[in-house]
Amino acid sequence: MTGDRARPVGPTDPAAQPECRESLTELYWFLDGELTEERRALIRTHLEACNGCLETYDFEAELRQVVSSCCRERRLPPGLRARVADALRQLGNDR
Amino acid sequence: MADQAAFADQAMEYMPSLYSAALRMTRKPADAEDLVQETYLRAYRGFGGFQEGTNLKAWLYRILTNTFINRYRSQQRRPEETELDDIEDFYLYRRLGGLEAARATRSAEDELLDLFTATEVTDAVEALPEQFRMAVLLADVEGFSYKEIAEILDIPIGTVMSRLHRGRKGLQKRLYDFATQRRLIGGEHGGSDRREEEATTVVEGT
Repeated sequence: MTGDRARPVGPTDPAAQPECRESLTELYWFLDGELTEERRALIRTHLEACNGCLETYDFEAELRQVVSSCCRERRLPPGLRARVADALRQLGNDR
Repeated sequence: MADQAAFADQAMEYMPSLYSAALRMTRKPADAEDLVQETYLRAYRGFGGFQEGTNLKAWLYRILTNTFINRYRSQQRRPEETELDDIEDFYLYRRLGGLEAARATRSAEDELLDLFTATEVTDAVEALPEQFRMAVLLADVEGFSYKEIAEILDIPIGTVMSRLHRGRKGLQKRLYDFATQRRLIGGEHGGSDRREEEATTVVEGT
């Protein structure tokens, strides 16, 4: 009965299928764009067939977008651009 | 050899992303402004050594991180570093799965944006030990490749991957802690963990 124990939360148990284990191992490499096109294609095929892994991928991709957008300042502090430009001009004049 | 007169034309457009990174590194707007200014001054002086046609943005980030490390880095030595090793993979997802199961609502990622305030996300990033924070910022916010990050931080690619891996886990743990503190998750305290434990016990006990 050990095999059919339902996992109440989270993705498909990574130990369940070798393909799942591989795709989760390579998840960040995939999202980071660090896999070969061949590996990407294999993972895409797996994700089409495995909802547990797909949800994990979606979640991690979404989280990264949230982090990225929250960490980006929408606007520069007023005056910074001018301050840097002045400092550079000053440096240029000193030469 | 690059022409210094061309510097401002080419480099100024990166100021918003450099400032964002500087703010996450120093955590203080005034320090971030100083760091950006110093980065531009150093870059201007060194622009003659910049090879035209190579990656100007990565080059500026290298100067930014070096300047930060030399001038602004905190004195404390890697406090929570070992903690990051104990965090399991996909920490947040595995726990938020419990939230979704409990609420029986949409999939977890639909709610992700609503779960955390922008301040909580930036606080979680800024709480990471410095070397992990820089790796996460460069990869997840700026989208640099492992190779570019390795060059910017002057570390091997394997170290980039390890710092990213641990940094991302630390970030997820912190976000989860924020969520539990605000009682977004779980009934009393840390409900989803307990629920999983109970379910496991029941099944195994039969």
